[in-house]
Amino acid sequence: MDSLERILKDHPFVKNLSPDHIQLIVGCAKNIVFEPGRFLFKEDEDASEFYIIRTGKVALEIYTPEYGPITIQTLGNGEVLGWSWLVPPYEWRFDCRAVELTRAIALDGKCLRGKCEQEPKLGYELMKRLSSVFEGRLYAMRLQLLDIYSSQEPKQSK
Amino acid sequence: MCSMIPHPYKIDRVIKETHDTFTLELKSCNGNGNFEFKAGQFNMLYVFGVGEVPISISGDPNEIDTLVHTTRAVGTVTKEIAKLKKGNIIGVRGPFGTSWPVVEAKGNDVIIIAGGIGLAPLRPAIRQIISQRKSYGKVVLLYGTRTPEDILLRRELERLRSRLDIDIDVTVDRATREWTGNVGVVTSLLSSTPFDPINTTVMICGPEIMMRYTISELEKRGLNHDNIFVSMERNMKCGVGFCGHCQYGTEFICKDGPVFSFTRIKDLFGKREL
Amino acid sequence: MKKIDSFEFNSLLIALQQNGYKTVGPTVQNEVIVYDEINSIDDLPVGWGDSQEGGKYRIKRRNDHSYFGYVLGPITWKKFLYPSVQKLWQAKLTNSNFDITSETVEETKYAFIGIRACELKAIQIQDKVFTEGDFVNQTYKKIRDKIFILAVNCVVTGGTCFCASMGAGPKVTGMFDLSLTEIITNDEHYFLVETGSERGIQILSGISSHDADDHEINSGNELINNASANMGRSMNISGIEEILTNNFEHPEWEVVAEKCLSCANCTMVCPTCFCTTINDSTDLRGEIAERWQKWDSCFNADFSYIHGGSIRSSTKSRYRQWMTHKLATWHGQFRSSGCVGCGRCITWCPVGIDITAEVQAIRGSQQYQKTLNEE
Repeated sequence: MDSLERILKDHPFVKNLSPDHIQLIVGCAKNIVFEPGRFLFKEDEDASEFYIIRTGKVALEIYTPEYGPITIQTLGNGEVLGWSWLVPPYEWRFDCRAVELTRAIALDGKCLRGKCEQEPKLGYELMKRLSSVFEGRLYAMRLQLLDIYSSQEPKQSK
Repeated sequence: MCSMIPHPYKIDRVIKETHDTFTLELKSCNGNGNFEFKAGQFNMLYVFGVGEVPISISGDPNEIDTLVHTTRAVGTVTKEIAKLKKGNIIGVRGPFGTSWPVVEAKGNDVIIIAGGIGLAPLRPAIRQIISQRKSYGKVVLLYGTRTPEDILLRRELERLRSRLDIDIDVTVDRATREWTGNVGVVTSLLSSTPFDPINTTVMICGPEIMMRYTISELEKRGLNHDNIFVSMERNMKCGVGFCGHCQYGTEFICKDGPVFSFTRIKDLFGKREL
Repeated sequence: MKKIDSFEFNSLLIALQQNGYKTVGPTVQNEVIVYDEINSIDDLPVGWGDSQEGGKYRIKRRNDHSYFGYVLGPITWKKFLYPSVQKLWQAKLTNSNFDITSETVEETKYAFIGIRACELKAIQIQDKVFTEGDFVNQTYKKIRDKIFILAVNCVVTGGTCFCASMGAGPKVTGMFDLSLTEIITNDEHYFLVETGSERGIQILSGISSHDADDHEINSGNELINNASANMGRSMNISGIEEILTNNFEHPEWEVVAEKCLSCANCTMVCPTCFCTTINDSTDLRGEIAERWQKWDSCFNADFSYIHGGSIRSSTKSRYRQWMTHKLATWHGQFRSSGCVGCGRCITWCPVGIDITAEVQAIRGSQQYQKTLNEE
């Protein structure tokens, strides 16, 4: 068994897919390494890949004119990163920079998109898995927004 | 010590931690200067003529000649405490309440998860564990707070990090432009923290919402409720079980808590308006 | 069992006073029977009775001269054991210190005259709260230890009484010094007297008394049994702990919250409610500070306030807290019920909320559910 397949098989994103589907995914995958400071992708670029982080840490950033780049979230081991490959116009919405040496598996989103059109069952399986990723990410972000460590009552600003 | 009468303590040092949080180092005014307590316990601090407020003790249980409290100025009494300076007198009643299972956790791995000001009541546990480091397996501290400017006890955290036998990870909800660390909820740090759910003790302190979603994540990782300990908070007036204010179901937070094994309160936790 | 003539009751009061006791008991004030200092039989509500229902209280004339022909008013013995407003200590600020002077608790020895079975049970319940935990409430204990209990078995019942359901009366049990049963026949007016302590025996020995005969003792028992069988209310408490703790979201809480004014009357008149609050204050120059203890109530809006808001902000949550504590969680805390069935909370609720009916409402629809499941 190829080492990529070995790694992917156990990841929650790929686990329990049928052997055919796993082969499909492995066929679209490759190992990739980012040195600290290197950008995985930048806002407005074509989103043709998405990533499963094996080890390391990346920061999702947004660039503001007054303050420069601000990190909105950091992601680490095991996290699935990126879904703009799935949603038109297939462009990244944020910058993503490696904070530490990051080893990841890059998946060819464009290629997978094509395969999902041909085989809806694969598409549905990927959707289910991505929904789980979205749900967890959204929940965590909402908790961040709540500002629970503040001593102020949530107020309307005038 | 008569439980209803405050003992006068002199403020030896005031340390400003963040814009609204500060640490007081107190020394006894009368005779015997030693204050013995267990990690997790609290005192009722009295400002002359203003009122009393329950504040967790945040010092090292092995350093009993100085009494340390870290608190946030949010209410009437704490705002008055914030105005006090070195040399001023403050009244102390205590120590009251139950303590973190520092002794019971020996032999286990320990994960300490703190949210915001919740780091203060956990600091005595951290200090005590460090002083007997060999008695524990892996020791991890996960700390989440609002912004990098709200990080408490920074120097202490940096000192702890320089020890190579403790893992410390800090995250903020909202980054500033200089911040190069983690951004996200404190539970996101758990994904990079491998642990064996059988032999791990977890101690959590922070806002109730934070404790709620943290416990939910720990449950997903297979942790038993017996291994999870939390510190609860309710209105307190007397601190000794007479005034009835701190009741939480059958529990009196002042004497059955503030530290609880999660098993004990799992039917109460999360019940709205309880 | 002894028997004393009714006018000898006065001698009992005098004997107690001569032994240094301040005799406090029922007396009529402003058309209500309250507890206050009484000096002689003349201060007792002789010939008075009362009529009570949910939200209603009236005293009414009886056609006899009984001394204890009524049940309970709004005042409880808490008034003496720990007054509603009590100074705990005073402190003086100096440059390097503050000196605290504890208030000297009054050295008053009280004799509680005419205390009823349910009230005695309530005091025993509060003894557990204040003296049997890790900390002992000294201000309470100092007064409590000195109290002389001259109890009276109830031979009349009130419209809202249900002590029989709670196992708290009408017969006086537990620790008392003297326990009396008032008997009025066509020819006689006397009291049966049971002694419960050395003190009780000693006080009684100074009074003229006879041995009661079997007929008289039976009359007494019959009256008490009659009272037990004719309570104005009853409450089914079997399994009450589980029923209340498992029905946290029962629709009945919304229903009762519609009526409840959160006025705290029930907690003020309840003989077992013990919640207090602490008030710290200072004089204008900031040199002398005082700490006062005051009765408080879980119905007050800021009772459960912590940084930013009250945990129990809705009336529904506060009513639920009070009732669940009183009947259920109290068991887990103090190994007994918190309710003695005195009925005061029903009488003095301005909108007549009835704790026995609330239990029935929650219990009742549980049974309905159970029947549905069985079908």
